[in-house]
Amino acid sequence: MPENIIQVKDLKKDYVNEEVVTKVLYGLNFEIGAGEFLAIMGPSGSGKSTLMHILGFLDTPTSGQYIFKGRDVSNFDDDKLAKIRNEEVGFVFQTFNLLPKTTVYENVKLPLLYSNLGDHDNKVKEAIKSVGLLHRINNLSNQLSGGERQRVAIARALVTSPSVIFADEPTGNLDTKSGQAVMGILEELNNTGHTIILVTHEQYTAQHAIRIIKIIDGHIVSDEKVINRKSSLNGDNFLK
Amino acid sequence: MTILDGLKLSFSVLRTNKIRSFLTSLGIIIGIAAVIIIMSVGAGAQSLIINQLNSVGTNLVGVLPGASDEEGPPASVFGIVVTTLKYEDAVAIKKQVDNVVAVSSYNSGVGTINYQNNSVDINFSGVMSDYLGVEDTEVYLGRFFTEEEDRGSAREVVLGYQVYQDLFGSDNPLGKRVKIKKESFEVIGVMKERGTAGFQNQDDLVLMPVSTAQKIMLGLDYVNYIRVKINNTENIDRATEDIKFLLRDRHDIRIDGTDDFSVRNTKDAIDTLLTVTNALKFFLAAIAGISLIVGGVGVMNIMLAAVSERVREVGLRKAVGARRFHIMIQFVLETMAITLIGGIIGVVLGFLVAAIVAATANYLGYKWDFVISFTSIILGTGVAAVIGLVFGLYPAQKAAKLDPIEALRYE
Ligand SMILES: Nc1ncnc2c1ncn2[C@@H]1O[C@H](COP(=O)(O)OP(=O)(O)OP(=O)(O)O)[C@@H](O)[C@H]1O
Ligand SMILES: [Mg+2]
Repeated sequence: MPENIIQVKDLKKDYVNEEVVTKVLYGLNFEIGAGEFLAIMGPSGSGKSTLMHILGFLDTPTSGQYIFKGRDVSNFDDDKLAKIRNEEVGFVFQTFNLLPKTTVYENVKLPLLYSNLGDHDNKVKEAIKSVGLLHRINNLSNQLSGGERQRVAIARALVTSPSVIFADEPTGNLDTKSGQAVMGILEELNNTGHTIILVTHEQYTAQHAIRIIKIIDGHIVSDEKVINRKSSLNGDNFLK
Repeated sequence: MTILDGLKLSFSVLRTNKIRSFLTSLGIIIGIAAVIIIMSVGAGAQSLIINQLNSVGTNLVGVLPGASDEEGPPASVFGIVVTTLKYEDAVAIKKQVDNVVAVSSYNSGVGTINYQNNSVDINFSGVMSDYLGVEDTEVYLGRFFTEEEDRGSAREVVLGYQVYQDLFGSDNPLGKRVKIKKESFEVIGVMKERGTAGFQNQDDLVLMPVSTAQKIMLGLDYVNYIRVKINNTENIDRATEDIKFLLRDRHDIRIDGTDDFSVRNTKDAIDTLLTVTNALKFFLAAIAGISLIVGGVGVMNIMLAAVSERVREVGLRKAVGARRFHIMIQFVLETMAITLIGGIIGVVLGFLVAAIVAATANYLGYKWDFVISFTSIILGTGVAAVIGLVFGLYPAQKAAKLDPIEALRYE
């Protein structure tokens, strides 16, 4: 077992809206090692995104502990969460979430604006190169195809060299071919040492991961290694 | 995020929304322009007044009948006739006060002057032979009265240039007889063309010896006022004191008594006028300043709308690590950029209008200075920036508090 990067102990999440309490996560326990490629699966509404938001420091648990690299982050405030998000994680969303009317370059640079890291220009170009979009670097985000947009989003997620990359349904809005390309990049990133946490409800997509946690109604129902691992990295792909 | 990043970001947002940014800052543009116009046109109007006062003559000291405290006007202004100021006082000032170059007393009245079939409404003044020295002017034709004629009640007049033109056209007026209020006078001279000075047209005046005006025309033995020309600006204060001392003595006023005259110099008059007009100017500018607050509220309104329009953008920025402070800075800078640009446009616009006003006034023959003060430029742009800061804070705070998850889910 590699060194644990994430430890979750009895993690619960309730949403409270005007006295109405919605219980979403019921006491989850698991650990994630550095360099893992984990897929979180489950039907719609089961709490996958909620869990990913907590793991990605976008939200805090109602109770229980979330320990990241040995630090208990369960009770971090807004600004501390923002700082750790900036330093430790990158996000890829289903809906890309690029800044409109803004170039690929500026989009990828965005997380660096809020970090202490120097040498922005090289980092941005490096990240864009690793998703194979250098030829699009000065295009505006709305001039790109869906697949290209998601690759820009991946470049943005890795520009700060984070420990963990979270991807919530990254192929959900893409056709099969573009989806394959995106999964190929995630695999490649995993091969170069990044920890990847992927949320999906497609078995096919989840098969790219090394390990799958299945959630139903806020409970973990299975946590297994993938036996028939699929790969989109069959030799010569678009990454040349 | 450096300030430079923030500024770049602000300007790129403004550039993509040019028309909206312009409309947003319109209130600021108008408000700042209004303040600048009022300050600059106000200063121009002040210069007009001062130039007019100076055109009466510099280094002048005036003696008016009736007491006055330091700030208030003398009694004569309120129509109270004080009869103790005399021709002899003027003569004594000339003889006994140091640094005095020329002195003239003044008596004035109105009437109609006739020559053959021509008649013109005029102001006439009884003055002394020193008049030319006091007023810094010359005769155009003929001669002025002599010192001997001051007391001689000679039936002689010197015509203002306009009066001469109206009555005689191109004829020679010298030696001709004219009538004022049925009294007959010989024209001995014509004054040089002078234009307006001290808000009075000097060219429709008819001048006569002081005794002539007092005895023949007006039937009185006191003067309306005395003007004294001093040789040098530095000596004005001393001469003013000397004149007071002399007149107290001549009028038998004791140490604790109240003066029956007041001595004023142009410098004091200008100071008093400046105090009053400055107050007026700043009062008007303050009213115009209120429109800036209205403009600021308008900017805040638009920025609130911009925040709700850009919820997703803010959510994304927070998701990738922007802290509240970063978002605050971004929106405050953006608001300040709008108001600052508005302020700069307002300053330029304001001075443009003020320049047009000044040019028009000068074209119409007024001595109106175009005043462009560094303080109002700094103040105008500074105020605009502060407005951006003040009215940008609330929208920025709203943006900074957005929850990234909610914001990203927002459609
Ligand atoms: N802010 C909220 N307030 C109340 N309930 C919420 C809130 N956010 C999510 N939920 C509820 O929590 C449950 C889990 O939501 P979540 O988004 O985690 O599901 P999911 O597994 O990601 O589903 P999907 O596959 O459709 O994305 C849902 O029933 C949802 O309605
Ligand atoms: Mg989801």
